[in-house]
Amino acid sequence: MTAALTPRNVVIAVLMLLLAAVPVYAAVTANTFLVTLFTRVLILGMAATSLNLILGYGGMVSFGHAVYLGIGGYAVGILAQEGASSGFLQWPVAILVSALFALLVGALSLRTRGVYFIMITLAFAQLVYYFGVGLDRYGADDGLTIRQRSQFAGLLNLSDRAQFYYLCLVLLVVSIYLIGRLVNSRFGMVIQGARSNDRRMRAIGFPTFRYRLTAFVIAGAICGLAGALLANHTGFISPATMHWTRSGDLIVMVVLGGMGSAFGPLIGAVALLSLEEALPVLIRVVASPLFGDAALRMAEYWQIVLGPLFLLVVLFARGGIDGLLAGARRG
Amino acid sequence: MLLFIEQCLNGLQFGLLLFLLAAGLTLVFGIMDLVNLAHGSLYMLGAYFAATFAAWTDSFVLGALLALAATLVVGMALEVVALRRLYGRDHLDHVLGTFGLILFFNELVRLVWGPAGLSLSLPMWLISPVEILPGLFYPTYRIAIILTALLVALFLYILVMRTRLGMLVRAGASNREMTGALGVNINLLYTLVFGLGAALAGLAGLMQAPILTVQIGMGENILILAFVVIIIGGIGSIRGAFIAAILVGLIDTIGRAFLPDLLRLVLSSRGASTVAPAMSSMMIYLLMAIVLVLRPEGLFPVSSK
Amino acid sequence: MADPLLEIEALTKRFGGVIASDSISLCVPKGELHAIIGPNGAGKTTLIGQLAGEIAPDAGRIRFEGRDVTALSVDRRSQLGLARSFQITSLFLDFTALDNVALAVQAHAGHSFRFWRNARREAELRTPARAALARVGLAAREDVIVSNLSHGEHRQLEIAMALATTPRMLLLDEPMAGMGPDESARMVKTLRELKRGLTILLIEHDMEAVFALADRITVLVYGRIIASGPPEAIRANAEVRQAYLGEQEDRHG
Repeated sequence: MTAALTPRNVVIAVLMLLLAAVPVYAAVTANTFLVTLFTRVLILGMAATSLNLILGYGGMVSFGHAVYLGIGGYAVGILAQEGASSGFLQWPVAILVSALFALLVGALSLRTRGVYFIMITLAFAQLVYYFGVGLDRYGADDGLTIRQRSQFAGLLNLSDRAQFYYLCLVLLVVSIYLIGRLVNSRFGMVIQGARSNDRRMRAIGFPTFRYRLTAFVIAGAICGLAGALLANHTGFISPATMHWTRSGDLIVMVVLGGMGSAFGPLIGAVALLSLEEALPVLIRVVASPLFGDAALRMAEYWQIVLGPLFLLVVLFARGGIDGLLAGARRG
Repeated sequence: MLLFIEQCLNGLQFGLLLFLLAAGLTLVFGIMDLVNLAHGSLYMLGAYFAATFAAWTDSFVLGALLALAATLVVGMALEVVALRRLYGRDHLDHVLGTFGLILFFNELVRLVWGPAGLSLSLPMWLISPVEILPGLFYPTYRIAIILTALLVALFLYILVMRTRLGMLVRAGASNREMTGALGVNINLLYTLVFGLGAALAGLAGLMQAPILTVQIGMGENILILAFVVIIIGGIGSIRGAFIAAILVGLIDTIGRAFLPDLLRLVLSSRGASTVAPAMSSMMIYLLMAIVLVLRPEGLFPVSSK
Repeated sequence: MADPLLEIEALTKRFGGVIASDSISLCVPKGELHAIIGPNGAGKTTLIGQLAGEIAPDAGRIRFEGRDVTALSVDRRSQLGLARSFQITSLFLDFTALDNVALAVQAHAGHSFRFWRNARREAELRTPARAALARVGLAAREDVIVSNLSHGEHRQLEIAMALATTPRMLLLDEPMAGMGPDESARMVKTLRELKRGLTILLIEHDMEAVFALADRITVLVYGRIIASGPPEAIRANAEVRQAYLGEQEDRHG
C-alpha cells in the first residue's frame, strides 16, 4: 500500500512521530505533566476512533458513547475493589460487558432512525449515569478510587508512565488500523451504504439492521477497552465519566477532526485538548493589552469561544480538520 | 391517602411543565424540521431572567412577564443570527450545532450571573396554601402553575387544531413550499414559531424556578426528560406530548415519593437513601425502553414523514 | 395461463379515508413486459410499494414464483429475485457509479460479515458490476461520483443496480421520468434489450414508450383497474381514452 505525499499524510505522519516522541522529550525535560496530558489524548483518541466507526462511517449519531468509557472503567474499578486486580481478568470483562450492553442498547435503538435514535441514545446514557449514581457500594456519586493499576503478572508495569503511554499508543494505532481495514471491507461497505441510503440498501437485498448492530457492538467494545485504560490512567472512576455531555465531547472530537476519516478522531482529540490548554492562554495574551487585569478573568471563560467555534465548523468546515487538509491537496 | 393525592397533584404539575418544554420542541421540529438541543438553554435563561427582573422590580409577576418577553427576544435573535442557517441540513448538523450553543449559553450565564445559582422568592399571596380538600392544603403557587400550563395547553390545542399553521404541525410537514402556499413570509413565520417555542421553554423555566432551582446546566437534565416525553408520545404529536408528559410527571413524582419507603423494606436505610433517588431517575428511562419495545413509533405517532 | 411469475390477488390499501389500492388483481406471466398506466393519484406508486414490501397491504395476497411473499421484508424479496427501481432516484450519492452497482452485487454474493479484505479490490464484485454498467451504457462513467452524474445517467444507474441483483423480475417505477427525448429513446432501447430474459412490471407516463415496449397494459384509476389487455385493445378502449389517454393526447398535442 503506497501512501501519497499529500499535505494531509505528511501532517499525520509528523503527528504520529511527535506523539511517539513525547515520553522521550518529557524524560529529557523532566516534564511528567506532558506524558499525563498526552496519555489522556491517546485514550480519548481511541474512544473517538471507536465512535467514528458508527458516527462517521455509519451515520449513527450516538449520544451515549461515553457510557462505555464508564463501563470499562467500572469493570476495572469494581473488580479491583473486590480483590481481582489482574488485568487479564479486568480488561476482557471490560470489553465483554461493554459489548453486551452495546448489543442491548443497539437492539432497542437501531430500529429507529434519525432524531429518534439520537434522543434514545441520549436517554439510555442518562439511564446508565443514574445507575452509576446509585451504586452505593462502589462510590455512587463520589466515584470509586482505584488504588492499584491493572496487574499483568510482571509482563507490563502500568505504573510506569512511559510504559503505560506506549501501551496506549500501540492500542490506539491498532484500533485505527483495524477500523481502517473494517470500513473498506464488505462489512464496511454495508455500513457506509446504510449511512448513505438505508432504504436503497434494503431494496437491493441487505438486511441492514444486523450489520449496523454489529458495528455498534464493535464500537462499544473498543470504547470499553479505552475505559479500562482511562480508569488506570486517572486511578479513579465516577458516573460523571458517563454523562451525556462527555459523549458530546467525543462527538465534538470526531467532527472537529474529520468524520469518516481514519485519523480524524485522533486529530480531533489532539485539537480539542490543545484548545483546552491553549485558548485560555490565547485569550489572556490577546486581551491583556486591551483589558489589563480583566483579561485573566476573561481567560477563565474560554469555553464561551468553543461553542460558537464548533457551530462554525459544523456550518462551514463540515469535513473537519482532516477535510481541510485533504482539500489543501487540491487547493 | 391525602399524601397520595398531594403527590398526584405534584406529578400533574411537573408533567405540565414537561409538556410546555416538549411542546416547544415538537413545534419547532414539526414546522422547521429543526432539532434544537439548546432548547434547555432557553429554559435556563427564562429562570435566570425571572430571578433577575423580579429582584429589580420587586414583583414576581412583573419579573415573570419581563422574563417571558426577554426569552422570546433572545429566542428570535438566536434564530435569526444562528439557527436559520441550519434549516434543510442533516439532523446531525442540528444536533452538533445546537450542542455547541449549549456550551456557549452555559458559559455566558456563568460570565454574566456567576457560577453560583440564583434564587427566586415568591410573594406572600402565592406562598400561602389553599385548602382544596378537607385536610389537604396545597400551595397556591403550584395551583397557579397547573392553571397557567393548562391555559397554555388550551391555547396550543386551538393553534394546532384550528389554524392552518397547526395543520402543518399535525401533518408532520416541514416543507417550505407547503408553508409558502399558506401565503406567508416564511422567514418571519419561522422566526415567530421559534420565538413561541422559546417562550414556552422560558415559561417552564421561570415557573419552576421558585420551586426547584436556578443554576447553570439546569436545562440539560430536563431537556432529556422532554425528549423522553416526545419519544413516548410520538415525535411530532402535541397530543401525544401532553399525555406522555402527564404520565411521565406522575410516574416520576410518585416514584420519587414512595420508592425510598419501598426500598427501605428491602435495603438498609443508608443504602435506600442512595439507591432510591437513582432508581427513581432511572424509572422514566425504563418506561421509555418498554414503550420502545412495544410501540417503537410512540403512543400517538404522526403517521406520515 | 401457465404458472404466472407474479400474482396479485385482491390487493387493498387505505390511507385514512383515501383508498389507494382497491382490490387489485393481476397476473404477470414469465417473460412479459407488463405496463401499468393511469393518471396521477391512481395509486401506481402505492402498488409498487406493496409489491416491493415497503407498504403493508390491508388485504390481499402477493405471490411471486408461486410463493406467498405478502409478509416478507423488502430485503427478503430482493433476495428472492424481485428487484425494484425508484421513481425518485435513490442512489448512494457520495460513492462512484461502480461502487453503487458493486454494492448491489455484494448484496447477492453471500453474507457480508467479512471484515478484512478490501471490497473495492474484489473481482467477484467488481466484474459483474462493470458488466451491469455496460448493459445500460454507463461503462465510461464508472469512476464518477454519483452526485456528479446527470439526471438521465442516474436513471440508467437505477436500472443497472436493479440488474446487478440478478433478478427474475423487475419493478420499474417511472424510469423515464424527467427525461428528454434523446434520453428516453436510449432508455427504451435499454429496456427492450432487458426484456429478453427478464419479466418486467413497468409504471410509466410516457405513452410512446409504453406502447413501444409493453406486451400487455393495465390501466389504474383511483386505485382500481378499469382495463387490462394488449396495447391495441387498450388504445381502442373508450373508457380508457376518456379517463386517461384523452388528457395525454391533449398534453402532447
